[in-house]
Amino acid sequence: MKTYYNPEDLKKFGNISEFEPNLAKKFFDYYGDVFKDGALTAREKSLIALAVAHTVQCPYCIDAYTQDTMEKGCDEAQLMEAVHVAAAIRGGASLVHGVQMMNKYKDLSM
Amino acid sequence: MSLKSLHAQNHSLSLSKEQLHVLEKTSYVSFSKKLNESGLFPLTVKPLEIFQINVGKMCNQVCKHCHVDAGPDRKEIMTREIMLQCLSAIEKSGAHTVDLTGGAPEMNPDFRWFVEEISKLGKKIIVRCNLTIIVANKKYNDLPEFFKQHKIEVVSSLPYFTSAKTDSQRGEGVFEKSIQALKMLNDVGYGKQDSGLILDLVYNPAGAFLPGDQSGLEREFKNKLKTNFDIEFNNLFTITNLPVSRFLEYLERSSNFESYMEKLVNAFNPSAAANVMCRNTISVGWDGYLYDCDFNQMLELKVASPINHVNNFDTSMLEKRAVITGQHCYGCTAGSGSSCGGTVI
Repeated sequence: MKTYYNPEDLKKFGNISEFEPNLAKKFFDYYGDVFKDGALTAREKSLIALAVAHTVQCPYCIDAYTQDTMEKGCDEAQLMEAVHVAAAIRGGASLVHGVQMMNKYKDLSM
Repeated sequence: MSLKSLHAQNHSLSLSKEQLHVLEKTSYVSFSKKLNESGLFPLTVKPLEIFQINVGKMCNQVCKHCHVDAGPDRKEIMTREIMLQCLSAIEKSGAHTVDLTGGAPEMNPDFRWFVEEISKLGKKIIVRCNLTIIVANKKYNDLPEFFKQHKIEVVSSLPYFTSAKTDSQRGEGVFEKSIQALKMLNDVGYGKQDSGLILDLVYNPAGAFLPGDQSGLEREFKNKLKTNFDIEFNNLFTITNLPVSRFLEYLERSSNFESYMEKLVNAFNPSAAANVMCRNTISVGWDGYLYDCDFNQMLELKVASPINHVNNFDTSMLEKRAVITGQHCYGCTAGSGSSCGGTVI
């Protein structure tokens, strides 16, 4: 294997059941239910998944949910806005800790 | 992408033989074997309901995905003589619907005469209108009124509700003209509630991916077209792009062919296969030859019947035939299926 990630492995996701079928079944049933139309549409959920995929930086998920959002009729502007939401939360999460840093700084300063 | 058809470019994929060669060289299980596993082979036909007539390959657009390889440079159009043969066949066929397609069917000089004659037979008429033809020339501006007069069901392609995605597939400026044409159709009552004038839109993916859930996309299209342009329509049909002609050329050129075929094969759905439109439809080419569907027509796969021309049309003989299938048929059986009327399950 030349790299840790292989695009072909995405298609084998279901194979995780090979080592532990019961938990895998529960997971995939749950997964399927999560993404159905509900209080949020399947389309909205797919865009959330795309944003989360960028947050957890999972190449399989980015591959899968780029395609899924396209299939659900989203265009490039919508996909990129979802990525910016991920980036804003990630950036914000760093910056908001700046308050903690400032508190500590002030505690230690004369 | 050239503004010329593959035919005008002398592209090898303008030849049906070459397209079939590309399709058959895939390593995926053959479509007939897949049908057999589902107990559907040979694919028999049901009583004929829809007479789909391709009145010519001439079109004012050169869409990147067009399976007809239509365009302004295509001169193959149906003559009035063949239309007369169609009328006689329609009358004795028992079909309740006549579905007119092209190219841009309205560009055939006998289009209006043909519609009037079909109208006299009391059949439901569908016209697959590309929208921009309505505003392409003054002589077409009254098409909405003409459609209304004959209570034609208008089915129009609009791949997206923004210009960037629509124009990338259908050509520069197509979205703006399509919106203009949709407004003209709305103005005479098309797509309006209780008008009885049906305006359906067709969505097909602008790329190497499958269409998503039809109802979800319809909701999105209705919301965006109403909010942004005050446009109304009845139903959205999602159609899968079949690996034929220009879409096949795009798949090859973009190195997406194998992965697209894999998607189609993996999404094979026996329920969709049982409901494919070729089972209750006959497709007539511009020259009068008969096919199981418009895709088989473009691949020059004539019906497997001694009756293969509209001139000697015989419903009972044709209903004994089995549908000619190939690897391209996976496009109609993926997921919820695909037909000229959208999903099939």
